[in-house]
Amino acid sequence: MDSFAYGRASGIEDALAEGSGPNTVFLAGGTELLNWLRLGIAKPERVIDLTQLTGLAEIARLPGGGLRIGALARLNDVALNDDVARGYPVLSQAILKSASAQLRNLATIGGNPFQKTRCGYFRAEEALPCNKRNPGSGCSALNGINDRHAIFGWNESCVATQPSDPATALVALDAIFVTVHREGERRIEATDFHILPGDTPHIENALRHGELIVGIELPAAAPHSAYLKLRERESYEYAVVSAAVALDLEGERISRARIALGSVALKPWRLTEAEHSLVGVSANDNAAIRKIIEGSFGEAKALTHSAYKITLAKNAAVRAVRLAARASP
Amino acid sequence: MEFRQHLTVVLRINGLDRQMRVDARTTLLDLLREHLALTGTKKGCNFGECGACTVHLNGRRVNSCLVLAASADGAEVTTIEGLAAAGKLHPVQQAFIDHDAFQCGFCTPGQVMSTVALIREGHTRSEAEIREWMSGNLCRCSSYPQIVAAVEAAIRVKEG
Ligand SMILES: Cc1cc2nc3c(=O)[nH]c(=O)nc-3n(C[C@H](O)[C@H](O)[C@H](O)COP(=O)(O)OP(=O)(O)OC[C@H]3O[C@@H](n4cnc5c(N)ncnc54)[C@H](O)[C@@H]3O)c2cc1C
Ligand code: SF4
Ligand code: FES
Ligand code: FES
Repeated sequence: MDSFAYGRASGIEDALAEGSGPNTVFLAGGTELLNWLRLGIAKPERVIDLTQLTGLAEIARLPGGGLRIGALARLNDVALNDDVARGYPVLSQAILKSASAQLRNLATIGGNPFQKTRCGYFRAEEALPCNKRNPGSGCSALNGINDRHAIFGWNESCVATQPSDPATALVALDAIFVTVHREGERRIEATDFHILPGDTPHIENALRHGELIVGIELPAAAPHSAYLKLRERESYEYAVVSAAVALDLEGERISRARIALGSVALKPWRLTEAEHSLVGVSANDNAAIRKIIEGSFGEAKALTHSAYKITLAKNAAVRAVRLAARASP
Repeated sequence: MEFRQHLTVVLRINGLDRQMRVDARTTLLDLLREHLALTGTKKGCNFGECGACTVHLNGRRVNSCLVLAASADGAEVTTIEGLAAAGKLHPVQQAFIDHDAFQCGFCTPGQVMSTVALIREGHTRSEAEIREWMSGNLCRCSSYPQIVAAVEAAIRVKEG
C-alpha cells in the first residue's frame, strides 16, 4: 500500500471543502477502499475519514410515508431495522445476503453502491489490459474468461458487471440518493447512479468528485417484495445473477411490478417491458409470468461464456416475482 | 482538517489503554500483531475474505484487516487474548476444545471471536441460522460440523 495522509472530517462542510481537492478520497466502512489501496486500484494522496460525522447513521420515517436511511448506517443495522425489515423485505434480504456478518458491521449503505466490479482482470495484482483500470489498454475479458460477466448493456470497451446486492434492491424500490457537494445538493434516482460503459468504462457513477451521499430515501413501503440471489455457494459469495422484485397487489392481481436484475450489467437492470405487461396478471399464473419475463429479454446479449446467465436471469426473475407475491406484510 | 502520514492513536485493547504512533496505512490487524505482539489474531487473506482476523470493535465483530488503526482511534477492542478471565477459558473457548472444533487451529481465534459475538447477537435460533451468520469465517480444515457443535454447546452453557 502506498503512503497517504489521513484526515478526519469534523463536519459535512469540512468534508466537502477538502473532498474536492486533488487525489482525495472518502473513507466510510473501508471494506472496499482498503482493498483498492492494496491492489493499487486507487492511489490517493489524501484519505478523508467520514466515520466521525454525526447524524448520518440514523434511519427515520419520512412524513407522508417512506424512510430515510443515513449514508453511514452500517449494513447490518439497516437490514435488521424493524421498519426496513417489515416495509422493504427486498432491501433487508439483499443486505443479509451480502458479504458476511463481520463485513456488514463495517460496510455502510452509502459506501456500498461505490463498490467496483469483481472482474478478475480488473482486480488482478499485475497490470493486465483493462479499460476500467487503465483507460485505452483494452478489455481482457471480451475474448477471455467472461462467464461471470455481462448479458445486458455491455460494449467492446468493457463487459463487466456491478456486483452490489443492496443497489439492485434500491433500484427496484425507486430509491433516491441524496447528495451534497460544494456546488450544491442533488437528488439522484438510484437507477441513474451507475452508468453504462460507453467509451469511458473507468467512469462508473454519476457523482462529481468530492460529492457526498448523505442519505438514501425510500418511497412508500413495499411489503410484497423479495430478493433472490443465485451464487456458487450458499453464503459469503457474490451473485452470479440476482433479482429484486417489488409488487403492488389488488387481491391476487398485480397492479404494479418493479423488477431489477443484479450482476447482469454495469448497473442494476430494470425489466421495464415486463413490468408494464405484468399489470393485471394474476400473481399465481406462473405460465403467464414466465412468458412475460422471457419476452422482455430482447436486449440480452451473451458473451462467449455468459449465455447460461440469460437462462439463469429469466428463471431468477420469475421465481422472485412469485416470492414477492407470497411475502406477507 | 489536518492530514497526517503519521499519527498517534489511543485504543483500549483488552481493557488496557494503549497509545501508539502509527503510519496512516497501518491496519488494526497489523497494529495488534506487529506493534503489540498480540499474534493470536491471524492474518489469512488480508482482503476481508476469510475472517481469521475477526476481533470485537466497540463490542461488534469486524475484520481487523479492513479497519485503519487511525479510524479506530478511541475505540475499545477485544481480541482472543482478552477472552479468558482469571486463568479460566471463556465458555466458547472451552466448547471448541470439547468438540474438537479445529485441526490446524489457524482459523480458530477468528471463529471463537465470531461465536462470542454471534451468541450475543442472538443469531442462533437454528443450525441453518448459525451456519449463515458464521459464514464469514472460513476453515480450510473444514471443521464446520464440529464448529457448529461447539457453538450449540456454548449456547447451552450460557442458557444453563
Ligand atoms: C469479501 C467480501 C465480500 C463481499 N460480498 C458482497 C456481496 O455479496 N454483495 C455486496 O453487495 N457487496 C459485497 N461486498 C462489498 C461490500 O458490501 C462493500 O465493500 C461495502 O458495502 C462498501 O462500503 P464501505 O462503507 O465499506 O465503503 P468504503 O470502502 O469506505 O468506500 C468505498 C468508496 O466509496 C466512497 N464512499 C463511501 N461512502 C461514501 C459516501 N457516503 N458518499 C460518497 N462517497 C462515499 C469512498 O470514497 C470510497 O472511494 C463484499 C466485500 C468483501 C470484502
Ligand atoms: S470487463 Fe471491464 S473491468 Fe473486466 S477487463 Fe474488461 S474493461 Fe476491465
Ligand atoms: S485476514 Fe482479514 S478477512 Fe482474511
Ligand atoms: S482449523 Fe485449520 S483452518 Fe480451521
